[in-house]
Amino acid sequence: MKIYVPMDSAAKALGADEVARAILQHAGARGLDVQMIRNGSYGMIWLEPLVEVDLGQGQGRQAYGPVTPADVPALLEGKLQSLGPVQEIPFLAGQTRLTFARCGVIDPLDLDDYEAHGGLVGVKRAIAMGARDILQEVVDSGLRGRGGAGFPTGIKWKTVADADAAQKYIVCNADEGDSGTFADRMIIEGDPFSLIEGMAIAGIGVGATRGYVYLRSEYPDAIRVLTDAVDIARARGLLGPNVLGSPHAFDIEVRTGAGAYVCGEETALLNSLEGKRGTVRAKPPLPALEGFMGKPTVVNNVISLATIPVIFEKGAGHYADFGLGRSRGTVTLQIAGNIKHGGLYETAFGVTLGQVVNEIGGGTASGRPVKAVQVGGPLGAYMPVEKFDTPIGYEEFDQQGGLIGHAGLVVFDDTADMLHMARFAMEFCAVESCGKCTPCRIGAVRGVETIDRIAQGDTAAIELLTDLCDTMRDGSLCALGGFTPYPVMSALTHFPDDFATQKEAAE
Amino acid sequence: MKDFIIPQFPPGDDRDMGTKIGTGAPVSLVIDGIAVTVPAGTSVMRAAAEAGVDVPKLCASDNIEAFGSCRLCVVQIDGRRGTPASCTTPVAEGMVVHTQSEKLRKLRRGVMELYISDHPLDCLTCSANGDCELQDAAGAVGLRDVRYEAPVGGRLDNHFARRNGAEVNALYIPKDDSNPYFSYDPAKCIVCSRCVRACEEVQGTFALTIEGRGFDSRVSAGAIGDDFLTSDCVSCGACVQACPTATLQEKSVIELGTPQRSIITTCAYCGVGCSFKAELNGDQLVRMVPYKHGKANRGHSCVKGRFAYGYAKHKDRILNPMIRNSIDEPWREVGWDEAMAFAASRIATFRSIMAASPSASSPPAAAPMRKPIWCRN
Repeated sequence: MKIYVPMDSAAKALGADEVARAILQHAGARGLDVQMIRNGSYGMIWLEPLVEVDLGQGQGRQAYGPVTPADVPALLEGKLQSLGPVQEIPFLAGQTRLTFARCGVIDPLDLDDYEAHGGLVGVKRAIAMGARDILQEVVDSGLRGRGGAGFPTGIKWKTVADADAAQKYIVCNADEGDSGTFADRMIIEGDPFSLIEGMAIAGIGVGATRGYVYLRSEYPDAIRVLTDAVDIARARGLLGPNVLGSPHAFDIEVRTGAGAYVCGEETALLNSLEGKRGTVRAKPPLPALEGFMGKPTVVNNVISLATIPVIFEKGAGHYADFGLGRSRGTVTLQIAGNIKHGGLYETAFGVTLGQVVNEIGGGTASGRPVKAVQVGGPLGAYMPVEKFDTPIGYEEFDQQGGLIGHAGLVVFDDTADMLHMARFAMEFCAVESCGKCTPCRIGAVRGVETIDRIAQGDTAAIELLTDLCDTMRDGSLCALGGFTPYPVMSALTHFPDDFATQKEAAE
Repeated sequence: MKDFIIPQFPPGDDRDMGTKIGTGAPVSLVIDGIAVTVPAGTSVMRAAAEAGVDVPKLCASDNIEAFGSCRLCVVQIDGRRGTPASCTTPVAEGMVVHTQSEKLRKLRRGVMELYISDHPLDCLTCSANGDCELQDAAGAVGLRDVRYEAPVGGRLDNHFARRNGAEVNALYIPKDDSNPYFSYDPAKCIVCSRCVRACEEVQGTFALTIEGRGFDSRVSAGAIGDDFLTSDCVSCGACVQACPTATLQEKSVIELGTPQRSIITTCAYCGVGCSFKAELNGDQLVRMVPYKHGKANRGHSCVKGRFAYGYAKHKDRILNPMIRNSIDEPWREVGWDEAMAFAASRIATFRSIMAASPSASSPPAAAPMRKPIWCRN
């Protein structure tokens, strides 16, 4: 029998390794012929470790979870209550999995398994169509940067392709530092070849022969999996001087960050990649024209690049058919915080925030009413329940004073103190600021102090905080200082009582 | 040749244009209603300076690359979103730029309020009093109030106070007086990185860096434990010249006060002929600053011309031309006209000897090459 136990780090954090050991131990003791496959996670975190058993009798893979080592004897005896086939679990059945289609299904480091599930179709088609058509296909797909900025990926690629330079680069931003986000890590740990294939297509499309993955040091499992996957891809000819036998050369190097959040900002990332201090560069020049080592560089998020293979496998039209307005395709929502059913949920743009939190996520884990949802990481706005009708879409969120960012959602119940959350946002900015521009370097520290004054009942400090947020928003060099006002001002605007209550208490 | 060494600019015209000028085809734009044409690749800030419009700035200086960190030089451009920094925004044909508006005033005041909230307010006793770009910028943006203060029982984080409340201020770094010519006072640093960039881009020594990140960021000379003297610093003084505050300050200015007048002159050391602005109080030389329009040195110099000018009032210093007919005669002090005429006649004689010799291309043994008499190197 085949037994699938995830090697995803979220599953491991919940005991997947212990379960895997127990299975091998018990199976060995009983003389059972068990083939264990360490797959990726399907992203249903409350069911992890989610174990699948395929008895090889035509019933397919039956899911069990969450499984503890104590459950293993019953699991092997077939006495444990099954969740049924994993694809029929409502949370997964309701999704439109394009980017994450293989994640959880395949052995992440088995290139044949990857190919058997639609892998490499895209890169082969891309090689056949040539650079110009590759760029047009990406433009037609409507794909926008999934790292947060939402810039059209095809336009960025065209800018790099049109730049005149002897050397160009593809840089994958895998410095996933936003709180409540884990999509990059999940796909790297669960389907790394999709990222490698996407980068190869990007390289062929823009004429870049070298790629770098800037992967955060806090993801040791992802670093290991991706490094192994790159070695396998090189050994099998997906990377190297002739990508799958074509005249195109493309190779990838995995580079580890040093732990700075700001290095997820693309220009700071490039500085860090060059071995310099991870400080933000002023734009222009755009990285697309003067990026890594001053050469034209595509800097894309992991999810953007990992979505490229399915666009080429199924066609730009297929991908663009999903979505809402100018937000085409699917969004890989990461539902976290105080939520009953947290995890990764890939669906077409257009689902409302309320549906995600209440229907998909099942409300809070605490059972208390939702107070706010922070969407888009630590720099995203706190969305109150009154804004739950907002559809998930770049423009739709922008109109509501929010942002989608990397599509992470952190849910808070009514016990959350929004003044405290606003203070946390400023503190986060102060800790993570690169220190280059004044509004962020000094402003974030002053923000914490000013919110402390508000907490003490100093009413004049509220106007000062508002002015400070204007200065930071309009004056900062990058989005770290520029977007910190989103969580602060949304907390102040939507939850004035949390600020007023503190004041009265002080008086 | 003379104008190569003694530049033909009026001595006062050495204002900082903010960024270098571009090299491309002419581009025309309008800044605050003034039409200006500059080469493509020029920044909006430089174009404004060419048009006579000074955009407030602290991190920009025209001998280093634009950096975009101080956020004072923000402008508004018709048809573009937001408030881009004029130092890092290149000009475009037909661009219409506004350097003054209520939004920009508020933004600049907001940034300046942050700067001053982490700066000691000791202007009257500061060695840069009257010669401080931070002071000038605070005036230009109309900062009237700094509203940031410590929460009750809490701290207002800063780099300038030795103590913060009841505690020792861990952010305070004492002054580094190790260098004989200038001092480094981290308490006054605004982290514009001009010194770091001057060390890299003007001097090429890479002795300086920024240590720490965020609010902790401070200029540092080399590795932990290094001071300026033990670092790779060669005391060229480019960082001191670049500093907009009193953070990096000539010790002579600290001792003698801000110079009130200046004379453009030529360095008396080697044959490069660097132009200097000798800055004085009366006949007291306060400092020597390499002159930006000097074509031999373009505003940069070495430690000798910059700091080792102790010869200026030395009794042995030669102040007038001297001539002598032969080596066994004593030097005779003469006027410039006589000295030049003397030199010219001797050169003419030498030329006629050269022309008459069998091989005009090689010097005859009878007239060996000598150093000119006025060269004392």
